[in-house]
Amino acid sequence: MWSWVAHRVTGVLIFFFLLVHVLDTALVRVSPEAYNAVIGTYQTPIMGLGEAGLVAAIVFHAFNGLRIILVDFWAKGPKYQRVMLWVVLGLFAVTMAGFLPRHLMNVFGGGH
Amino acid sequence: MTATLEAPETKAGAIPSFEVTLRVRRYNPESEHGEESFWDEYTVTAHGTDRVLDALHKIKWEHDGSLTFRRSCAHGVCGSDAMRINGRNRLACKTLLKDVNPDKPITVEPIKGLPVVKDLVVDMEPFFASYREIMPFLITNGNEPTKERIQSPEDRARFDDTTKCILCAACTSSCPVFWTDGQYFGPAAIVNAHRFIFDSRDEGAQQRLEILNDKEGVWRCRTTFNCTEACPRGIEVTKAIQEVKRAMITRAF
Repeated sequence: MWSWVAHRVTGVLIFFFLLVHVLDTALVRVSPEAYNAVIGTYQTPIMGLGEAGLVAAIVFHAFNGLRIILVDFWAKGPKYQRVMLWVVLGLFAVTMAGFLPRHLMNVFGGGH
Repeated sequence: MTATLEAPETKAGAIPSFEVTLRVRRYNPESEHGEESFWDEYTVTAHGTDRVLDALHKIKWEHDGSLTFRRSCAHGVCGSDAMRINGRNRLACKTLLKDVNPDKPITVEPIKGLPVVKDLVVDMEPFFASYREIMPFLITNGNEPTKERIQSPEDRARFDDTTKCILCAACTSSCPVFWTDGQYFGPAAIVNAHRFIFDSRDEGAQQRLEILNDKEGVWRCRTTFNCTEACPRGIEVTKAIQEVKRAMITRAF
């Protein structure tokens, strides 16, 4: 059940990100200066951590989404759902282990 | 879990016993508590072979006769005593006290998603209404055979898993979709539809699939696997639901 709860929560988070993302990207049509000002406010460590959370949410949602598709359409999916959840968590850990050090160095290392 | 067997000074031949505390969720609109449900704690002496149902019996018979719960056969066949024990749906008669850690208080609540009538007794009518709706009986066309309806062992094995259902509602009341949407047919009704849809002798599969192809039918299932974990008969409930979903897709085209 908790994988389903996490799937919902990450889904809602990604939805809100997309909403904000569409709005701030649309700003470039209003005025490029306003767009630059808004994007400039994102270059803070807090936003950097937010980006890390966003990537984590998307990675989990993507891998778990594939697992749900297999549960739905693969005859043996329901039998191996628990194994597949561990595979999802493993892939999540591997992906985040590759992404996080690089990203956090960019955020906190100051090197742009 | 032999840690609960204690008292070395007991005489030879004496059966070792232990104290166990049960926190029972009570509800009785006729009491001074009114519409509020509340927790009651009871401590009873139990033995290693006692099940949660035995402890509830002991409470009812020796401590508080007003405690109300359903049970009939008390041996995991009739499906009357499904309860939420330590946060999980189980049959009280199939759960040994020593398997649910008797060192800490054991919580016993009525199953969720169905209206509570009193204490641990819930109104099962919405559950059975869904069950009746999927037509849980043999549907055939044409003349009746003069002999029995023959079925090969392979055809019988196709739906063997779903014949084991005892309609205890442990699966349906463990489903988070059913908690928030009481209109959902629920896992138990789909399991019993599966039992006939995949029966080679039955000819009502199309009708049942049409009934379950509803907004509140199988498509409400979000594959959280709570039902599979809750089933005291070990039925792979989610797998059965998925098979019904796939039958709907493949037979429609």
